[in-house]
Amino acid sequence: MSDHEYVPKSKAGKWFNDRLPLLSLASHLTDYPTPKNLNYWWTFGGILTFCLLTQIITGIVLAMHYVAHADLAFGSVEHIMRDVNYGWLIRYVHSNGASMFFLAVYIHIFRSLFYGSYKSPREVIWIIGLMIYLLMMAAAFMGYVLPWGQMSFWGATVITNLFSAIPLIGDSITTWLWGAYSVDNPTLNRFFSLHYLIPFLIVGLVVLHIWALHIPGNNNPIGIDVKKPSKDTVPFHPYITIKDGFALLMFMIIFSGFVFFAPNVLGHSDNYIQANPMVTPAHIVPEWYLLPFYAILRSVPDKLGGVILMFGSILILFVLPWLDTSKVRSAVFRPIYKQFYWIFLINVLMLGYMGAMPAEGIYLVCSRVGTVYYFLHFLVVMPVLGFLEKTDPIPMSISDPVLSGSVEPSLAKKDNEKI
Amino acid sequence: MKKFSLKKIILFIVIVFLPIKPSIAVETIEPIKINWSFKGLTGKFDRPSLQRGFQVYKEVCSSCHSMQYLSYRNLGEQGGPEFSLEEVKAIAASLEVIDGPDSQGEMFTRPGRPSDRFVSPYPNVNASMAANGGAYPPDMSVLVKARTGGSNYIYSILMGYEEVPEGFNLDDGVYYNKYMSGKKIKMSSPLSNEIIEYTDGTQATVDQMAKDVTTFLSWAAEPELEARHKTGVKVLVYLILLTTLVYLSMKRIWSRIDSEI
Repeated sequence: MSDHEYVPKSKAGKWFNDRLPLLSLASHLTDYPTPKNLNYWWTFGGILTFCLLTQIITGIVLAMHYVAHADLAFGSVEHIMRDVNYGWLIRYVHSNGASMFFLAVYIHIFRSLFYGSYKSPREVIWIIGLMIYLLMMAAAFMGYVLPWGQMSFWGATVITNLFSAIPLIGDSITTWLWGAYSVDNPTLNRFFSLHYLIPFLIVGLVVLHIWALHIPGNNNPIGIDVKKPSKDTVPFHPYITIKDGFALLMFMIIFSGFVFFAPNVLGHSDNYIQANPMVTPAHIVPEWYLLPFYAILRSVPDKLGGVILMFGSILILFVLPWLDTSKVRSAVFRPIYKQFYWIFLINVLMLGYMGAMPAEGIYLVCSRVGTVYYFLHFLVVMPVLGFLEKTDPIPMSISDPVLSGSVEPSLAKKDNEKI
Repeated sequence: MKKFSLKKIILFIVIVFLPIKPSIAVETIEPIKINWSFKGLTGKFDRPSLQRGFQVYKEVCSSCHSMQYLSYRNLGEQGGPEFSLEEVKAIAASLEVIDGPDSQGEMFTRPGRPSDRFVSPYPNVNASMAANGGAYPPDMSVLVKARTGGSNYIYSILMGYEEVPEGFNLDDGVYYNKYMSGKKIKMSSPLSNEIIEYTDGTQATVDQMAKDVTTFLSWAAEPELEARHKTGVKVLVYLILLTTLVYLSMKRIWSRIDSEI
């Protein structure tokens, strides 16, 4: 936290601040010393906050016009699109907003993986972030069910059926989740309720995420600890606010491109057909952002095994800070890890592609190889690399130029540990 | 160790994700590509084509296909066929609408009003299936958005009726259409030359009617399209200007710090 004690100038301000130190908080947020070498991959935290607020605001308006009933939901969405003033804009912002939210969160997560932001002392930030990500997936899945189109209905059927894989009590749990003997009106109603609840849980976790971030401060591209405040840091405002603002505007340009000129390319055309329990679509595919996990699920011939691996693929991220044995944070100084990082990223993209393809032939083979490699990366590559890899020399500070050989890597490492 | 540059990664993503078509074609052929006037950043509907397309819908399609999410008033709204208020009233009044119950508890029919929804040809889905050999003629309100390929696909289906190839087995009440999945369709060819007489004198060829009705259905599915394009261009111009200004301010502010941004 900031070193100096903030004292409001006005008497009224001081009176209020003594009772509720909101002004101290504002002062902390504006002065918050931030490493000056943060690159644009660091702007996605702000972008994600924007995404969350956009989803909440558009969602509240949509909920004023939406009807959560199996017979009326589809029609009420068309009512929003046709009769509500700017309803089409609000709905397209909300539906494309979900995709943009995930695009941003994936960049945010992969940034953390590259620069080792999940490592000590930032494990708690990482874990809270993963909890947010899990809630995001739950919210997105339930939101996709609400228009009650064919993909809504059948996607909900596939996903809720996963729970029936649990031995002994699986079927009872599934029936309990549905509130009926299949996906039906009670399911739609509870999904709407939960879809409205989850974003506010996310807001709470975001506050904790940022709070936890402000204890050690930001990681940075070279991954070394930074003395705060120092010539290596800049105050959050105006330096980071303006930079985040610029990046956010660039992001909004892409966002607007989708909303105004291609609002349906990220969705599935089948979802404009009203849900029909008697007709199964030829291919049931989830939204693009869930495809890698869908590929992992389908790569296992056994249902329970598939479910375990799918949940495992996300849960394994929670222990990543302890699976990664390297003391060096940033991949910039880890020549071998850097290559494994890109292979891992390509593997995830490949899995996503396989998730969109039918589970047969070469696609299934690729999914299986990809799934095995996904787990190998975390269970073997990450722990072993920390011991075998010879890392490059690390600079002593952001401002000091790196003179090759000036700092022994072992020395720098020790220095890092000490801090 | 710059084996994988950012550019290469982005290129890879583009190559991998561009060809993704969620549904894998089961022996379907690519629909005909038409250069629709409503595609592109500033695309608009061809007004006379929309009006003719409505005529095709009314005189041909509407005998089987409902359009339950549209109201007659929509026909006069901006960005649509833009019939005059008189015309909209006349169109609505030409249809019988079931209303009620009245004070005696009886349902009654009355001439349509602009605020009425489009009258459906059948009272319910089961009735429509019973009348069409077990196949449900889909509601046309969002049909263009509900089919992969959109407008091109709808146009292609209308143009895709051909002589049945030798050795191709068709049951009774099933027709050959090369753009349909499995090349079989339960709808007989709805259009033939001069099946209707256009009020504006345009020659009613199958191709002309297919284009007109597809334009009309595209509007029906996305009545906001013109407003969306118009607003979108304004939003983009505004955002690009603001981004430029913010970029310049950022450069100025960061010039105080000895660091690259």
